[in-house]
Amino acid sequence: MITIVQAAYIVSALLFIMALAGLSKHETAKTGNAYGVTGMAIAILATIYLALKGASAEGALGVPAALGLIVVAMAIGAVIGIWRAKSVEMTGMPELIAILHSLVGAAAVLVGYNSFLTETQLRDAHSALELTGSLANIHSVEVFLGVFIGAVTLTGSVVAFLKLSTRISSKPLTLPQRHKMNLAALLISAGLMVWFVSAGSVVPLLIMTVISLLLGWHLVASIGGGDMPVVISMLNSYSGWAAAAAGFMLGNDLLIVVGALVGSSGAILSYIMCKAMGRSFISVIAGGFGGTPVSTEEKDYGDFRETNAVEVAALLKEASSVVITPGYGMAVAQAQYPVADLTARLRKRGINVRFGIHPVAGRLPGHMNVLLAEAKVPYDIVLEMDEINDDLKDTDVVLVIGANDTVNPSAEDDPSSPIAGMPVIQVWHAKEVIIFKRSMAPGYAGVQNPLFFKQNSAMLFGDAKERVEDILKAL
Amino acid sequence: MRIGVPKETRPGETRVAATPKTVAQLIALGYDVRVESGAGGLSSFADHAYQEAGASIATTDEVWGSDFIVKINAPSDTEIAQLRPGTMLASLLAPALAPELLDKLSAQGVTALAMDAVPRISRAQALDVLSSMANIAGYRAVIEAAHEFGSLFTGQITAAGKVPPAKVLVVGAGVAGLAAIGTAHSLGAIVRAFDARPEVGEQVESMGGEFLKIDIEQAAPSADGYAKETSQDFNRLAEELYAAQATEVDIIITTALIPGRPAPKLISAEMVASMKPGSVIVDMAAANGGNCELSRPDELVMSDNGVRIIGYTDLPGRLPTQSSQLFGTNIVNLMKLLTPNKDGQVVLDFDDVVQRGMTVVRDGQKTWPPPPVQVSAQPAVVAAPVAVKPEPKPKDPRRRYAYMALAALVFLGVAWKSPPEFLGHFTVFALACVVGYYVIFNVTHALHTPLMSETNAISGIILVGALSQIGQGGIVTVVSFIALAIASINVFGGFTVTQRMLTMFRKG
Repeated sequence: MITIVQAAYIVSALLFIMALAGLSKHETAKTGNAYGVTGMAIAILATIYLALKGASAEGALGVPAALGLIVVAMAIGAVIGIWRAKSVEMTGMPELIAILHSLVGAAAVLVGYNSFLTETQLRDAHSALELTGSLANIHSVEVFLGVFIGAVTLTGSVVAFLKLSTRISSKPLTLPQRHKMNLAALLISAGLMVWFVSAGSVVPLLIMTVISLLLGWHLVASIGGGDMPVVISMLNSYSGWAAAAAGFMLGNDLLIVVGALVGSSGAILSYIMCKAMGRSFISVIAGGFGGTPVSTEEKDYGDFRETNAVEVAALLKEASSVVITPGYGMAVAQAQYPVADLTARLRKRGINVRFGIHPVAGRLPGHMNVLLAEAKVPYDIVLEMDEINDDLKDTDVVLVIGANDTVNPSAEDDPSSPIAGMPVIQVWHAKEVIIFKRSMAPGYAGVQNPLFFKQNSAMLFGDAKERVEDILKAL
Repeated sequence: MRIGVPKETRPGETRVAATPKTVAQLIALGYDVRVESGAGGLSSFADHAYQEAGASIATTDEVWGSDFIVKINAPSDTEIAQLRPGTMLASLLAPALAPELLDKLSAQGVTALAMDAVPRISRAQALDVLSSMANIAGYRAVIEAAHEFGSLFTGQITAAGKVPPAKVLVVGAGVAGLAAIGTAHSLGAIVRAFDARPEVGEQVESMGGEFLKIDIEQAAPSADGYAKETSQDFNRLAEELYAAQATEVDIIITTALIPGRPAPKLISAEMVASMKPGSVIVDMAAANGGNCELSRPDELVMSDNGVRIIGYTDLPGRLPTQSSQLFGTNIVNLMKLLTPNKDGQVVLDFDDVVQRGMTVVRDGQKTWPPPPVQVSAQPAVVAAPVAVKPEPKPKDPRRRYAYMALAALVFLGVAWKSPPEFLGHFTVFALACVVGYYVIFNVTHALHTPLMSETNAISGIILVGALSQIGQGGIVTVVSFIALAIASINVFGGFTVTQRMLTMFRKG
């Protein structure tokens, strides 16, 4: 009967791959999610069957008790999970994703400890070692790594969650010697692993758990709020590796496959995000960016021009093509609904309205797309940076809503700028650029934006949502 | 204070320095406004329209007796004689070209503001009449050319045959040049443009023109925003370019002006001779000596080979209504600057570079030329020689291969010691990583958030581990129970929120 379970696992692994493949296009995404749900259902049913078979064995709980526990545990999880998923605001997606990562981390830690405990129980019960020699050693390494990655994921995600929900400051924590502290944590953990493998004692495992929990906390605490897209993807990756490690220790191929899929997914997302910021993965993870005041000499950029909602409305009426580049500020101000309204109104007038999304806009990869989709902006007018950049010179009006560093021309012209080399949306090629902003304060990277002082730019100060509503009124 | 708007006396002048609309704005600033009877006649503004806006209609003497005179052209000698000492005057004065005018004004003991000496900084654009008039002149230059040109601007294919589009060359891409480029382009012509400042290329292209370039290391952009005289080498190459273009294009519009100097001669008699008969040249610099050797101010000259050369200097005046409105608005913006308290009292602030720059005579004292103003909004002139980073050397591929070989050896060592079960799992792991890599790279950026919640949901598969341990009894069961519950949050929450997001995406 074990072969049936194995077959079920293979089927569900394939379904998971199809689920991710489905997400590559809008048209197939929903089917993809359905594949994922099916795969999960098959895997769970097969495992429950296996678990109940195990529970009926001598010395175990027995089938009814085990089944009862399973149903209760899953019911609790399902209720909490579905409730959160239904109630979350789309602007709160980054927080939800972060907390879900931490749960995977926590589960990995628990499964790791369990795996260790069951093994010692087995050893005590049979007094003869079932696992011998190198296999036992490898199993110990797997347990150790699984717990380590799980613990880092757990606290890292919790810190990310706290930062995203602004329960703690999103400023990077810069302890002195922080790189050395991280390195020390890694080295000590490696030492503990040697101890753990040779002694088989729970003590090194516990010490390492504490150290890795601290390491996860510190790693994310030292990364600033604007680097969150990278952090979230990185934690996504970690949660995958944690699942894969659990798969190794349990000898479960399905877990390994899924862990590897999720792990590489997160790694690729981190890579894409880092490339979009023009920075190396190491420099993001090492943290501290944005906290250390960047020594840009006080340069005189000249004067900026202020405008008002009525003028912008008049400008939009005359325009034949409009591009909107939103940033995190739009999410903060909850301006996506009036922006969507504005888009619909302008499109009704026959004006070509499109969105240009920078890959790191927002606090989560693809965050802006979800917000705009929520406000019913059709996805085929929401374009990526590379798709929109060439069209900007033929654009009449660009509305920059809550974005700053992602539209900063000094990334291209000023080699001494801290954001030099970062690809940006070249809004300044358009005829008129309107920048919605609270004040003249610099953006996340701490650099002034010469865009604001260009001849064809005008500033519209105030809350993005209110200003967009003012424009709607003036139209 | 009382503002006087006299009728322009220069022959051919059609504009007026205030319109009924701007009069109302001046009154809102606290001023009384007197307009000379018939001042707006040629610009289609009747006296009663001014009266309706709140101005009083007055005689010439009454107007010239006002405290502040606003007009288009510099006052004539007789007009200067009518100015009371202490009066203020704002008009075009061309202070660099007409020093004797400044002497006369200072002898009269007045304060004079030159509307054509506004510093070129962003803040002062609102009162820069050179810009506002040049814009109109550029438009009109194309219209004049079209009027004289014997063919269409736009290319067409008709039943009666094909009409080729006109080719237009615009020399000088300042405000006038850009307006000309835009107008000619919208009439359907093929527009090319040349300017000594390579940085204006983008602006030319934005107006629909093709920017002609000269392959030479050109000097840095000018610091004060105006074109300056160019180097010998550059001039020779530019000349070759004009000569080559002259044989090709149908219409040439020249706008090259250097403030305070005669206009550069760009189009020689030979170049005109090489042009097609019926071609048109509009020399917008004719008033300052002309860019074309053959042009004469205010005249239409026909060359021997039938090229018409237009040297009109009153291009803005040919659109008097709009020109007056723009000039009047420039005046209103000046008065706003001079009336910080909106109480009808002029406060001349010499610490303000705009007011300082425009004031050429103050209370009978000549204050021209003003100290130079640096235009900061322009691209930084002294591009500090940035240490050019040496190109990162392409990494030696052999090193990469060496690392790969090393990794393979290490793995081989580990595998040697490992039991077959581990290797089996590792195979699955390695293949899954590769599959994951290819699958994820195809995911569209817009779906990255659903991707993350989906991977969140499926990494809840770790509950499989918890499930298989739950039946063991004792502490293991308790821990498994907790692990199962939290992993279930992931599974159910992740799939639900993914579904919720995906249903939101819709096609337009």
